[in-house]
Amino acid sequence: MTKAGSEPVLLDGGGNPLWLVLELTYRCPLQCPWCNNPLNFSEIEQELSTEEWKKVLRDARKLGSLQLGFSGGEPMLRQDLEELVEYANGLGFYTNLITSGMGLTKKRLIKLKEAGLKQIQLSVQHSDRAKNDAMVGAESFDQKMAACEEIKAQGFPVVLNVPISRYNIDAVGDMIKLAERTGIEFIEFANIQYYNWALLNRTELMPTKEQLEEAEAVVNAERERLGKAVTMYFVIPDYFDGRPKACMNGWGAIHLTIAPDGSALPCQEAQVIEGLEFPNVRDKPLDWIWHESPTFQKYRGDSWMKKPCIDCDEKEKDFGGCRCQAFLLTGDAENTDPACSKSPHFDVVLSAVEAARDRKGPGSPMVMRNRHALGNGYRNLAP
Amino acid sequence: MVQNAPFNLQDIPEINPVYMMQYEESQSAWVLLYPEGIIKLNDAAANILKLCTGDKNLEVIIAELKEMFNGADLEDDVYSFMEMALDKSWIRTRPS
Repeated sequence: MTKAGSEPVLLDGGGNPLWLVLELTYRCPLQCPWCNNPLNFSEIEQELSTEEWKKVLRDARKLGSLQLGFSGGEPMLRQDLEELVEYANGLGFYTNLITSGMGLTKKRLIKLKEAGLKQIQLSVQHSDRAKNDAMVGAESFDQKMAACEEIKAQGFPVVLNVPISRYNIDAVGDMIKLAERTGIEFIEFANIQYYNWALLNRTELMPTKEQLEEAEAVVNAERERLGKAVTMYFVIPDYFDGRPKACMNGWGAIHLTIAPDGSALPCQEAQVIEGLEFPNVRDKPLDWIWHESPTFQKYRGDSWMKKPCIDCDEKEKDFGGCRCQAFLLTGDAENTDPACSKSPHFDVVLSAVEAARDRKGPGSPMVMRNRHALGNGYRNLAP
Repeated sequence: MVQNAPFNLQDIPEINPVYMMQYEESQSAWVLLYPEGIIKLNDAAANILKLCTGDKNLEVIIAELKEMFNGADLEDDVYSFMEMALDKSWIRTRPS
């Protein structure tokens, strides 16, 4: 017998889309002003039918997909969610539900458990009811807490997902205590990334470097205290450390997202890049989409790279960063991600950080995602 | 055998219910799936974990592995793997 071991985490899919995300719908009862759904989501209709989603699941499994996230919008708004989970589970996926907790009733949780759902990622924005509700533009805290208790009662492992902005970064410690109290195993502090709605509201949302460092220190101290009871994820975001993120582990490398209308995307934000045509599972076989479509091949590997990426000794580590961010902040998706200190556009990121730091008091009202309503609720929040 | 170890031969290990172990054709390997990740196991690790069924203790598991591998001297390797697997929460144990 050879020595027992493992490759720690499988990040090289050998060309397979190991991670599959199904955005079942763009509909959502919340109005978060950092939402990563497209700005024109309300114009996109014609969600895939149950049978069409099942075909996606079958085809993706054949391509080697293993981890599956049911996301949105709010996936609980799809009444066929339980049916899709059961089907995916039967195909051998590890099924995750990524939810706001709205509509996650005991009855549906029991059905989801029976259907074989493995894990739930629940978003909570603040440990304070009023602040949570103002941030998401809807009364939701009590429902989230009730859902949380019921999820634990049904024995699901939970990732508490906390999107971090200046409005809740001081609540990191309280959120960890909330996780500890409710028996949550994982807590992910997801520093907001600036695309779509979040980019519109960047100056209002972005915390300062000092706030981030303070929050990181709190997380580290809590890691000491809690040990293995709660696993915490906290990463200083790319805007602040001069290094780009290894976005999606490379374009078309291991990740595949299917949007509500069947558009196949190399990442959930990819539609921000103008000029790309996204193949649709209604028209094309998924195998072709993944392996051969021009869009999935466009930034795969490194042959598309320009300077400084192409000569950089870190290109295999960060893949040139994020294509969407390069497009949004420099106008060309082939440019180096401007979050990289080697990018000739690095000043764009530095000035965004400065603008957020120097902003005096509450600035412009937040643009909330539903019907472009202005978030006047933010006027009463502290920062 | 390692002294002051986290568990002893009478303990019964089982795969942490958060994890799911399956053979994956596209990887030609056994994998462990868990929230946020995928672990590719080598054959030796898979052979051990397949026996962590929650109904036999480590002593029995080692005996079965020895039988499978013609009496090979594998106690220490199995034990250190189990220690690592417990540390990473891939398995949990209860006393028999």
